[in-house]
Amino acid sequence: MDEISVLLVDDEREFLETLLKRLLKRRVKVKGVGSGEEALKFLRETPPDVVVLDVRMEGMDGIQTLREIKKIKPLVEVIMLTGHANLEVAVEGMEVGAFDYLMKPTDVDELLYKLEDAFKRKKIQEQKIKRLEEEKESGKE
Amino acid sequence: MNQENRIKDPYYRSLTRKMLIIFIAVSIAPLITVSGIILNRFSVSYNEKLNAHLGELVLKHRQNIDGFLLEKLNNIRFMARSFTVDELKNEKFLRNNLAALQTEYGSVFEDLGIINDKGIQDAYAGPFKLENARYSDTEWFRKAIKSDFFISDVFLGLRGIPHFIITVRQMSNGKPWILRATISFVAFNSLVENLRIGKTGFAFILNSKGEFQSKPGFEVVHEKSYSFYESIKSGRKTKDGVFFSEMTDASGQKNLYVASLIKNGDWILIYQQDKSDAFSDLTHAKQIAFFIILIGGIVIIVTAFLLSKRMVARIAQADGEKELMNQQVIETGKLASLGELAAGIAHEINNPVAIMVEEAGWVHDLMEEEQFSSKENKNEFERALLQIKTQGKRCREITQKLLSFARKTDTCVEDVRINDVINEVISFCVQRAKFSNVVIKSNLQDNLPLLCLSHTEIQQVLLNLMNNALDSLEKRGGIITLTNWLEGDEVVISVADNGPGIPRANLARIFDPFFTTKPVGKGTGLGLSICYGIIKKMGGEIDVRSVVDAGTTFYLRVPTKKND
Repeated sequence: MDEISVLLVDDEREFLETLLKRLLKRRVKVKGVGSGEEALKFLRETPPDVVVLDVRMEGMDGIQTLREIKKIKPLVEVIMLTGHANLEVAVEGMEVGAFDYLMKPTDVDELLYKLEDAFKRKKIQEQKIKRLEEEKESGKE
Repeated sequence: MNQENRIKDPYYRSLTRKMLIIFIAVSIAPLITVSGIILNRFSVSYNEKLNAHLGELVLKHRQNIDGFLLEKLNNIRFMARSFTVDELKNEKFLRNNLAALQTEYGSVFEDLGIINDKGIQDAYAGPFKLENARYSDTEWFRKAIKSDFFISDVFLGLRGIPHFIITVRQMSNGKPWILRATISFVAFNSLVENLRIGKTGFAFILNSKGEFQSKPGFEVVHEKSYSFYESIKSGRKTKDGVFFSEMTDASGQKNLYVASLIKNGDWILIYQQDKSDAFSDLTHAKQIAFFIILIGGIVIIVTAFLLSKRMVARIAQADGEKELMNQQVIETGKLASLGELAAGIAHEINNPVAIMVEEAGWVHDLMEEEQFSSKENKNEFERALLQIKTQGKRCREITQKLLSFARKTDTCVEDVRINDVINEVISFCVQRAKFSNVVIKSNLQDNLPLLCLSHTEIQQVLLNLMNNALDSLEKRGGIITLTNWLEGDEVVISVADNGPGIPRANLARIFDPFFTTKPVGKGTGLGLSICYGIIKKMGGEIDVRSVVDAGTTFYLRVPTKKND
């Protein structure tokens, strides 16, 4: 399986760094940024496969960032990470297009599974699009 | 706590005591004061009246006696002046005169005699043979010869019978002579003897030496001495010349003495009565009064006792009812702000906890590369890290619950048949109830309207209440009753247990987040807070009534129509 490239977005620097280290140790190609704005900037430059997005952040919050991500890169899968045990926010995130949500403190292995699932879905989506494009091209021929 | 125990409570006991004392004091004080005053006034006025009466009596008798003596004296004087000494020396004439006097006055005059200046009785008329008797040495003669008239003390004289004499001195040829009349003691004595009152009241006469001049009706235990006479005379004296005094005689009896001087102060008329006899009416009245006070006092005490006991029982009952009605009015504002506070704390706590758990995870990751000198150490590290992870999860659960107490947004609502939910909840609890020896009863109405609410939420609330009820009955078993009914446009669901109840002090706090009576680690104290949050969000109400030792009932009121 291809290596998953992941972007971690969280304004809690300590949390971000530790999670980064743990994911890197599990051979995940992961980068971390501290805010929604940075995430969007990073996304434009080097789009990752999956974004893990904290809901509660200074500046742009998780839901806003999610909307932007879906505008810029609709194929990028987003996993919401919430300190809120507030299911309503999670539900809202799902409606906007998040792949799934996880609650802090999270189990790193659980996160890995979700990442893989998200990555798979992304691959499937990409393949679908590819197929559609091929059909389109063959249709032209 | 039942009624009996409640009354035995020291608080109610002291209340009873206080009431009793106040009742008795308030009732008996006026009773005693009024009766005391009345009795005192009565005894004073009775005393005055009695004294006045006795004084009057003695005065009247003084007049009688003085009048008697004066009359007899005048009789003799008249005779002495009317006739010459020679006429009177004629014994026949004298006897005729005596007969005339006796016809007129009965046997008052015993005899008559004419005594010359030498003290020799020249003539005599009477039953004794006293012609030519010598009186020159007698005391009365010495006095009689010096004054125009004289009345002697009672004495035995030559005849040996008590009597007294009246003498009138006349002059004839420059020489005095005396007409002497003897007054029958019996006749005189009857004047005094007539004065008898009550059982012990009688009169007698003393001369200035304290000797009896009349025969007392009863034995006078006093020594008939001069000192007695003096002490009588030293008593309280009224302006009419009546003496009042009280003395205890030799036999220890208290006597009342009323006296008046007679015969120009030579004699004294004394009326003596046993004090208790004199005041027997007063004593009787006093006895009645004391009896009334005694009976009244007993009635008051008994009434006060019963009344205070009954009143305290009422108070205790009212207190008990109040406790029963100690239904907690939930302070909405307090809980709302507590909710916000809780939510804030939840958020703030959650992030640091997440970091801690993450760091622990990272350490765990790194451990895999490390070589540990001992396997035990490695195990310990792993155990510690696992513990951090577990406790972090626990924190997360708590914050999650906290937030669900505070959350405001709606979750999906649906039409819910409340009886289904209740039965479902009962089925969840049946197993646990069996272990705790608890019987679950339900009393559900069939035709209740559908409720528009979240199935899971109402289930959560009911489960929570059931679990609390089961917890309270865990040790002793009991009954949980689930009841529902329609009240206006609200469906009321009650969850009642007959457990130990909630103490009053705790009742006010049971809906507060983190309030728990369970030991640390056993309960978060969030269950009822969450119930409250959920029911409030439904537009409903939750309240509780609890009686210590009798049980607790929670009431949920859920509106049938969704309020927008």
